[in-house]
Amino acid sequence: MTSNMTNAMASIRHPPTASGLNYNPCAPRNLWNRAMNLLVALFALMAVLPLVVVIGYVLYKGGGAITPAVFTELPPAPGLSEPMGMGNAIIGTAMVTGGAALVAVPVGVGGGIYLAEVARKGSFAQSIRFGVNVLAGVPSIICGLFIYALVVNTRVLWGESFSAMAGSLALAVLMLPTIVKTTDEGLKLVPQELRMGSLGIGASRFVTITRVVAPAAVSPIATGVVLAIARAAGETAPLIFTALFSPFWPDWSSGGGLLAPTATMSVQIYNFGIMPFEPQVQLAWAASFILVVMILAANLLARWLARFSAS
Amino acid sequence: MFTHKKPPWTEKLVDRAFIHMTSVLASVVSLTVLGIFFTVGFQAVFQGDVSSLLPWHQDSIWQGIAAWNDEETFGVRWGAVPHFGLGFLANSSWNPVRNDYGALTPIYGTLMTSALALLLAVPLGVGTAVFLTEDFLPQKLRAVIGFIVELLAAIPSVVLGLWAVAMLNRFLAVFTPLYAHLGWLPFFSTEPGGPNLAMASLILVVMLLPIITAVSRDSLNQVPMELRQGAYAVGATRWTSIFQVLIPAAISGIVGGAMLALGRALGETMAVTMIIGNSTNLSTSWFSPSSTIASLLANQFGEADDIQVSALYYAALVLMILTFLVNVCAQVIVKRLALKYD
Amino acid sequence: MTPSIADAIISCDNVTVNYGAFAAVRNVFLDIPRHKVTAFIGPSGCGKSTVLRCFNRMNDLIESFSMKGKVLFNGKDLYDPRVDPVEVRRRIGMVFQKPNPFPKTIYENIAFGARIHGFRGDMDELVETSLRRAAVWDECKDKLQESGLSLSGGQQQRLCIARAIAVEPEVILMDEPCSALDPISTLKVEETLHALKKNFTIVIVTHNMQQAVRVSDMTAFYNAVDAEGSDGMMGYLAEYNETKEIFNNPKSEDTKEYVTGRFG
Repeated sequence: MTSNMTNAMASIRHPPTASGLNYNPCAPRNLWNRAMNLLVALFALMAVLPLVVVIGYVLYKGGGAITPAVFTELPPAPGLSEPMGMGNAIIGTAMVTGGAALVAVPVGVGGGIYLAEVARKGSFAQSIRFGVNVLAGVPSIICGLFIYALVVNTRVLWGESFSAMAGSLALAVLMLPTIVKTTDEGLKLVPQELRMGSLGIGASRFVTITRVVAPAAVSPIATGVVLAIARAAGETAPLIFTALFSPFWPDWSSGGGLLAPTATMSVQIYNFGIMPFEPQVQLAWAASFILVVMILAANLLARWLARFSAS
Repeated sequence: MFTHKKPPWTEKLVDRAFIHMTSVLASVVSLTVLGIFFTVGFQAVFQGDVSSLLPWHQDSIWQGIAAWNDEETFGVRWGAVPHFGLGFLANSSWNPVRNDYGALTPIYGTLMTSALALLLAVPLGVGTAVFLTEDFLPQKLRAVIGFIVELLAAIPSVVLGLWAVAMLNRFLAVFTPLYAHLGWLPFFSTEPGGPNLAMASLILVVMLLPIITAVSRDSLNQVPMELRQGAYAVGATRWTSIFQVLIPAAISGIVGGAMLALGRALGETMAVTMIIGNSTNLSTSWFSPSSTIASLLANQFGEADDIQVSALYYAALVLMILTFLVNVCAQVIVKRLALKYD
Repeated sequence: MTPSIADAIISCDNVTVNYGAFAAVRNVFLDIPRHKVTAFIGPSGCGKSTVLRCFNRMNDLIESFSMKGKVLFNGKDLYDPRVDPVEVRRRIGMVFQKPNPFPKTIYENIAFGARIHGFRGDMDELVETSLRRAAVWDECKDKLQESGLSLSGGQQQRLCIARAIAVEPEVILMDEPCSALDPISTLKVEETLHALKKNFTIVIVTHNMQQAVRVSDMTAFYNAVDAEGSDGMMGYLAEYNETKEIFNNPKSEDTKEYVTGRFG
């Protein structure tokens, strides 16, 4: 045994000199390391490049198409080049996204509170967590089909089929899991002592949650909500069979515009972007510009909001 | 000094009402998931709208089901699932004139675009994540790059699609030499001349990169510092410790992130629809127009009626089951492989 | 103050370490004798771990780290720009405060280091001898294919010692190796140290003065003073001598107070 031991050790023992400490740039391991360093630097470059190229291109193409008329006029009829506007789509995006937020934020925050504060464990809570994860993975176009089958096709909304409200519902389905998750995670970050302190002085759970815990988690929740709304504003697939599209101003007489087919910027990009008419393509770029700027702004806002929770 | 004040009965009521309300709101999520599966399933099996489920509806399907065989009288209009059965999955024709529908082409397109995109996006994304967790650049610069990659995830798919359409000709110029020199390979066997499957895959890569990078970066950051030190202390080089210690320790997150990305790729709609050409002819070539299930839905649902609608819902059901399985697998893998190290 | 050491394997020549603007330890002169156990003792924040981590360039992993002075290993400056830190760490191994086995099998934990250095001998034998020398063979010989994380804390730490000696370094640095262990595991690790002294030079940082007395031949006492100009404490080497001198006949008043347990 002893001789075996010394043999095994001797075979990797180096002479106790320090000369071998120098960096050998041609050693295979060092060549390999340098090659890999270069490779991942290249990968990172390739990952960043599309964003820079896409944003640059959108800002360049879309920025050039932005005029005051874009905000105040309607789009031209195919083949014409006047008027050059998409005021209806801007209003439509605000209406549809706003409606979606009105539905999804209360439901999502309420559901998040339930998961984080009322029932952290237990099979019901687990099944809901599972549901949140499944819903987050449902393709966005399926949300559109779902609302189409449930709302548009059955005309349950006061006999109307395609409508801004249906579009809002489809987007709300899409936003819901994000909001539940961020609320759940935001509330979990609140230190347990805060809850103990409040419950310990005899406050009810309602008071503890609404007056103590939720205010402490408002920054991460707001961050999640802002990001969810920004994402929803750019969604197209759930809207093409629900809010549909319209070349006109919202029909205020039908449910304040909520019960009629409604143009949105994202659907406009899809519809106009593949048209053979230059004015329409221009408007698609203009809409892309507005959406991208809005989303960049929302992300910066979210980072700014997140800073509050850090301090 | 203090007199014990009994809380008013309203306080208890408000408390209980609040707790119940949150549980109701939470169940909305699960109900929505069930509702989606049920609705899509229903539309795949029956024609007509979901309100015919109500017993008092004039075309209520319950009457028809009661008189199973008497389709003429009671008008149960069976949809695509009973019509085409499982053969739907293996039939490559999509013919609205003869009402003969099969989803093989879009299923192939969905799987092929996603697989190609994943093949490119996983090494790129994991490599970027490694780059962002190692000390190649100062911490501040790395945070900026990380933020930029996250922003990429926020760009709407339809904007990426519009950009891809504008860039199509430049990409075709890149694809043409592949066809010219490697045209004997079945994947490169047609001349690239317009929207095609390869373009759709490339756009998917751009969409998947931020997901894979973000998830991999998080899981690499969670590997304890001590493990890296341990590897360095036995004389491991940077890349030995990355490949042999850090990535194996973070593998659950990385695989989970890749699965999550796969789920996204399978269901991605707008950018793909705008650039894949929406052809329902089966072709092995990556340079031919093709379609995915999601693009088929986006493209045809608006003009479809009767059995075609039901066939589209059948395809949607297939897509849902695919993404559902992928997402469940992702969750299981993350739990299974999670590193037990504290 | 510094004893004369005939055969020094590591020498610090006026070493001063900063983390960003924060000065961690200054002006250290120190010779570590070959094939002996040297203990670093002193209150928290006195820079003993910092000095230890200079010996195998572990501080390179910290972005804000900067060092002045020289660390000589067999007469060669470890911070010479031509030196490969990977090679340094192969010659000068390290065991950490918290056991950190890789999430691999016990066998692979040991084989990992040898394999990356191109070991061509009998791997089974190397694994066995390494585990034997770290006195953990009997406890894990039947579960070599189980995860290293399945062992107890004390066993994990001895596994980490086995992992360090499997690459046959000349020096093993130990950064409070027993602080996370129970007394019995601590005793076993200390026994291991005695056996390892014949083949290796060991430098151990410890908070436990009895441990220093039990295991070490030489002891360096570090102390900290309020740093002028920056907030926080700045460490320095207060006294260095044979262990029995430090504990029985300390030269400085601070050392005396520390080893008799009056502060720290």
